[in-house]
Amino acid sequence: MTLPKTPSQTVGPYYTIGLSPWSRNELASPADPGALRLHGQLLDGERQPVGDGLVEAWDRVGRRWGRSGTDADGRFSFVVVKPDGSGGEAPRLDVFVFARGLLRHQLTRIYFPGEPANDTDPVLSALSEDERSTLVAEPEDGALRFDIHLQGDDQTVFFAH
Amino acid sequence: MTVPGVDTSIVLPDDPSFGPEVQIDYPGYRSTRLRAPKSPLVTLPEEFHAIDGPVFGDLPIGELDHDLTRQFAGEPLGERIVVSGRVLDEDGRPLRNTLVEVWQANAAGRYHHQVDQHPAPLDPNFAGAGRCLTDDDGNYRFVTVKPGAYPWGNHENAWRPAHIHFSVFGRAFTQRLVTQMYFPGDPLFPFDPIFNSVRDPKSRELMVSTFDLSQTQPEWALAFTWDIVLGRGAAATPFEEDA
Repeated sequence: MTLPKTPSQTVGPYYTIGLSPWSRNELASPADPGALRLHGQLLDGERQPVGDGLVEAWDRVGRRWGRSGTDADGRFSFVVVKPDGSGGEAPRLDVFVFARGLLRHQLTRIYFPGEPANDTDPVLSALSEDERSTLVAEPEDGALRFDIHLQGDDQTVFFAH
Repeated sequence: MTVPGVDTSIVLPDDPSFGPEVQIDYPGYRSTRLRAPKSPLVTLPEEFHAIDGPVFGDLPIGELDHDLTRQFAGEPLGERIVVSGRVLDEDGRPLRNTLVEVWQANAAGRYHHQVDQHPAPLDPNFAGAGRCLTDDDGNYRFVTVKPGAYPWGNHENAWRPAHIHFSVFGRAFTQRLVTQMYFPGDPLFPFDPIFNSVRDPKSRELMVSTFDLSQTQPEWALAFTWDIVLGRGAAATPFEEDA
């Protein structure tokens, strides 16, 4: 017996009522010696900030999870430690993006810059150079920056799920 | 759904070929235009869909967090209702100990949120947020008041049908679901682009709760039941706890 799946609907503009009481954007303690600030902007098809979005990040290897709402400038931020790689896969975070106007959440990945395993990661290495560059965070002032473009020539790669 | 007088630029005709999938670039829902991704989705290896997601069994859930009518000194206005059901996977197996979060407008259709400024009253006794973990049979249960319909700026004289927002995690990472639960027989259904962005009419019905007399509380509350079915994550996901 297969039951039909419940369809998705948008998180809408008021999700902070229900989802922010447990807002926790620290996947690691800021005091952790490996702690890194990871931040970026969520941008729409006109490169305008999405000020009512929500980003959830999951480190499946370290089993660390966090969520960050976006502010009026579309900015989200996390404290992370670089996850371990696993089984030939490069270190990464699995990320869901939610927003008003997204009728279903979008799945992407954040990879880490300068990782030798990025060249052999089975998913990353199968993408074109341009696509790959949308999934690798950039070093910025001792932190990591990862912008998410929902549309446009430099649209972030999103995965079927 | 074809309803005389409904602007088809707002609500597209039914298309059962979509099944349970929502049309993410639904033109009648204006906010999709600059936000719905346009490039084709990239397919991940099948094994990715089996990876575990976060577990929230350790969250400090208060004993009244499931009861949206008892979070303030007084009681909120509106029709008191019990909303309950099960969280299942496509094989009908219960998803136990999984986090369910809800949020909603008050009985007047106003959200306790600074962005919602439409002229309906806030209720000092209603914040509109709740959460719980499912039990061993996948059951969840909330006590709340029935939310009101409310106007929104999507198109001329646009109104959202009454709904409660639900966020569910499941077990596999890709079982994550955020959706909205609607109430049976809402006259606003034919005019709402968000509801109709699920273009298969049978799949739309899966978002509509059922009035359930057996769950009503005499002299106290009406009741609606609604089951939530999450994807498998992966066909081969083992459910060792069910063995």
